Amino acid sequence: MATLKQEKNNKNIKLSKVDDEKKEMLELYKQMFLIRQFELACGENYSKGNIRGFLHLYIGQEATGVGSISCLNDEDYIVTHYRDHGHALARGLDVNRSMAELFGKSSGLSKGKGGSMHLFDSGKKFMGGHAIVGGQFPLATGLALACQYKKTGGLVVCFFGDGSTNQGTYHEALNLASVWKLPILFILENNKYGMGSSIDRVRAGGEDFYTGANTYDIPAAQVDGMDVLAVKEATKIAVDKVRQNGEPFYLECKTFRFVGHSLADGQKYRNTDEIKEWEKKDPLIKFPEWILSAGIANKIDLEKIQEEVNHKVEEAVNFAETSLEPKISELYDDIYKLD
Amino acid sequence: MPEIVMREAIKMGLNEALENDPNVLILGEDIGAYGGAYAVTDGFLEKFGAERIKDTPISEATFIGTGIGAASAGLRPIIELMSISFSLVGFDQIVNMAANLRYMSGGQIDVPMVIRAPTGAGVQLAATHSQSFETWLAEVPGLYCVCPSNPKDALGLLRTSIKTNNPVIFAEPALLYGIKGEVPEEYYEIPLGSASVSKEGEDITLLSYGAGMGVINEASKILSERNISAELIDLRSLNPIDYKTIGKSIKKTNHLLALDTSRKNGGIMGEVVSNIQEDFNDWLDGPIIRVGAKDVPWPYNKNLERAVYPSAENIVTTILKKLIKV
Amino acid sequence: MVKEITMPSMGADMTEGTIVKWLKNEGDKISKGDKLAEIETDKTVVEMEAYNEGFLRKISASEGSSVKVGKVIGYIGNMDDDIPEISIDDQSNEKIIEESPKETTTVSNEKENSKKSSQVDISVNSESIRIKASPMAKRLAKEKNIKLSSVIGTGPEGRISKDDVNNYIPGPTLVSSSDIVTGKNVYLDDSDIPLNSMRQAIARVTLRSKTDIPHFQVTVEVDMTESMKMREDINEDLEKKGLKVSVNDLILKSTVNSLIKYPKWNSCFDGDKLIAHSGVNLGIAIALEQGLIVPAVLDAQNLDLISLAVKSKDLGNRAKGNGDPLSNEELTSGTFSTSNLGMFGTHSFTAIIVPPQSGIIALGVVKKEPKIINNEIQIRQIMYATMSADHRVGDGAEAAIFMNEFKQLLEKPSRLLL
Repeated sequence: MATLKQEKNNKNIKLSKVDDEKKEMLELYKQMFLIRQFELACGENYSKGNIRGFLHLYIGQEATGVGSISCLNDEDYIVTHYRDHGHALARGLDVNRSMAELFGKSSGLSKGKGGSMHLFDSGKKFMGGHAIVGGQFPLATGLALACQYKKTGGLVVCFFGDGSTNQGTYHEALNLASVWKLPILFILENNKYGMGSSIDRVRAGGEDFYTGANTYDIPAAQVDGMDVLAVKEATKIAVDKVRQNGEPFYLECKTFRFVGHSLADGQKYRNTDEIKEWEKKDPLIKFPEWILSAGIANKIDLEKIQEEVNHKVEEAVNFAETSLEPKISELYDDIYKLD
Repeated sequence: MPEIVMREAIKMGLNEALENDPNVLILGEDIGAYGGAYAVTDGFLEKFGAERIKDTPISEATFIGTGIGAASAGLRPIIELMSISFSLVGFDQIVNMAANLRYMSGGQIDVPMVIRAPTGAGVQLAATHSQSFETWLAEVPGLYCVCPSNPKDALGLLRTSIKTNNPVIFAEPALLYGIKGEVPEEYYEIPLGSASVSKEGEDITLLSYGAGMGVINEASKILSERNISAELIDLRSLNPIDYKTIGKSIKKTNHLLALDTSRKNGGIMGEVVSNIQEDFNDWLDGPIIRVGAKDVPWPYNKNLERAVYPSAENIVTTILKKLIKV
Repeated sequence: MVKEITMPSMGADMTEGTIVKWLKNEGDKISKGDKLAEIETDKTVVEMEAYNEGFLRKISASEGSSVKVGKVIGYIGNMDDDIPEISIDDQSNEKIIEESPKETTTVSNEKENSKKSSQVDISVNSESIRIKASPMAKRLAKEKNIKLSSVIGTGPEGRISKDDVNNYIPGPTLVSSSDIVTGKNVYLDDSDIPLNSMRQAIARVTLRSKTDIPHFQVTVEVDMTESMKMREDINEDLEKKGLKVSVNDLILKSTVNSLIKYPKWNSCFDGDKLIAHSGVNLGIAIALEQGLIVPAVLDAQNLDLISLAVKSKDLGNRAKGNGDPLSNEELTSGTFSTSNLGMFGTHSFTAIIVPPQSGIIALGVVKKEPKIINNEIQIRQIMYATMSADHRVGDGAEAAIFMNEFKQLLEKPSRLLL
């Protein structure tokens, strides 16, 4: 199995289509920055009591979500786990309505009935946001079956965490995807901890997962999940393979969350040194650093983006705050489809 | 009117759906090459091909979920479980995913899917293969749940189950696959949420569904020898429940005995009876009696197994003791 | 000699059977081979036959009870045979009927077509406390303005069913002669008159009373002149308070005082002893539309004449449905009774003792008659009182002495005020 690495200072990459490249890089930066700011705002509003229940923040993992989703088209489906804000925003779900959903307002994506773990946008083929660990695997295989059957050319990206690989449905889905040759890209966001359980405590087979795809005859690769360009490149290769062969692919992204599992997490299970080590690889520091040092864009370009994003997030929070609560009469809506 | 067995009626319904709508698929263990554990899909693989008739690995959670995923992307899959007992393995997908997707997404996603499964005990398959979980699944908002007791109802209900854009649990009483009945040749449907009065009577209403219909039928014959005329109601739909039909009957007979086909404890009739006594209290001339399987795991031994389930005689004795004095 | 009817064995492995239904009633004539009852075993329901001829004297195991094979479920014999006491180690586990005067819960069953009347007698000590009625019956009773306490329930466990309420017929009313129309060709209605449950209960109780209790009568002639005068005087004063003492109230007071003096007649026969009571619960026979009841004024020994008058009036009102219903205690725990037909002009009559009491005084009209007093003919108010007494409790002399006390109290009524 090849391990892809990014070459930062390879001038060969940069020579052609400079403007396109600038646009592309800034877009990647913008998306990651948006996610970062959005998540910080969520954290703040959670402590204020505007967001309740469970809140799982994507801080630190932005490069994986943004890098991978940037390779998808409109026919492709996305399913993910409960740490889904990053994927939602990378997919382009409405920022205002996302925040409103977290606030539980009727203007939210799911009319306030889903919450943080259940962001959906069927128009953008973003099929959630799932709270049951491993519950999304069969949904992914089903969506992939539909793509295959209807011959849409679309594929399914299924995001999951290291903890979910011990759920039965993980193995069942890999098996089924392989046997039925389903167009599905499994993307493991390996952040080393399933809530409070480090991999070594709960998994037989070591710290690397991609080799396990071998068992199911699924081609696999591993990539540095903190490097957005590496992720993007790896995903592109994977996506092409899936589309061409109509078969599954498994991509392991090694990443890290800088914050606790959820807002309630005191993080007793890992030490601050480890966190500090990983924070040095923060894509929101490293990537703009590289953009500047590679001369792709300048500080003003970045600041402009930052201002834009901050404004956007502020707007989203305002929108959420001023939106109305759902009426009690809506309790019985949307349980069944009226035929 | 032609007479066919219930298995045949279900097969007819499936065949019709596969012929009329290219989006219909069937997924399940051994439904293709083997022809189906209860021979319902026999011949389908040859007729419709492997793309549409898909043998799955033994992964209930995943193939049920796959059905859900496919449905949410616009297909109309029909999942066949080899036994409703195996729904336990995929319960999370059925209850948390299929039933909730629409609600959690605020109405964005539909799950037009049918899960068919044989249900019930009676052939000495012991504790893990003899259950009737349609009663548990009936409780879940977001699912519909039906259980026919005869070929005509099976076909009529299957048509509406496939047609609706909501997930349906279609429980097929395993003991009744071979039961014969008349099925109209012209097209007909039976709406979900409708009970039927299978026999009219004056003195007492006997309510059951699925395999329980045979028992109350027998009980009604014994009662008629004592000049007690029983009205029989087939619930047919466990979610939604047709309280209107039941209530109308109570107003006529003023007595009700409800028979669960599952264990009495936790059976769906507990719900039915509780609502009936509340809404039709002034029409009750005696307590409502509930009967069901005993609260034991299903045993293998023949006589023990038979003893778990109430007989028609048990029912009659209870009626005479507690409800009606002749 | 009665013969036992026992739970038959209907299969090698049968150990006990449940009585689903009695097909004959107590008192029915039984021929050999008649089907007596339906018995349920754990396999099926079987009809059991009578092996003896006679009358079904007693059903000792009720419907629904489980009885071990070989144990007694009833008695068959002649009408005048004694029925043995049911022993305590009888294996019936539901509703054992004990042949003691205190608790007699009769459960009788009739033929399939006719109305059932299995309810407890309200004029006898019983264990029924709560009126059981189905929700529908309650609603119908309310709609038809029928007092549930008047309806006898024939459903399982004595429940009042909708049929019981629908079939409830008030008994024949007492018709005064002026209502009868005389005409040329009078045709009487020759259709059957159905008897309501109360009438049937009265029939059972009176028959039993007459069968079980050896009645004898003692009649006294009571000169009520002084009592009537005293009553007039008292009532003049009481009128202002809205109170009134009736003739019957004087009679009641006299009865109570006599019982206090001769408490034997306030007791109940119980085989080898008399069960004495701590109070006098004086029963007053009251005729209702649907039949006769004899509710009691409780602890009358503690009441003075006026209180007794108030209470007896209240009792009468409530019996007729005005006010709170009569309590179970009032209906069933009388210790001695009186019955007054004076308002109909009756000269005298004999009443039937209400079991398990020991006596009852039947009173006739108070009427002017010429009597010889001090060798002169005077017009006096005369009333005839007849006591029916239980000979097992006391003899003629004792009854005579008791009645004499009763008479004396009324003839010198100032003592009634004490």
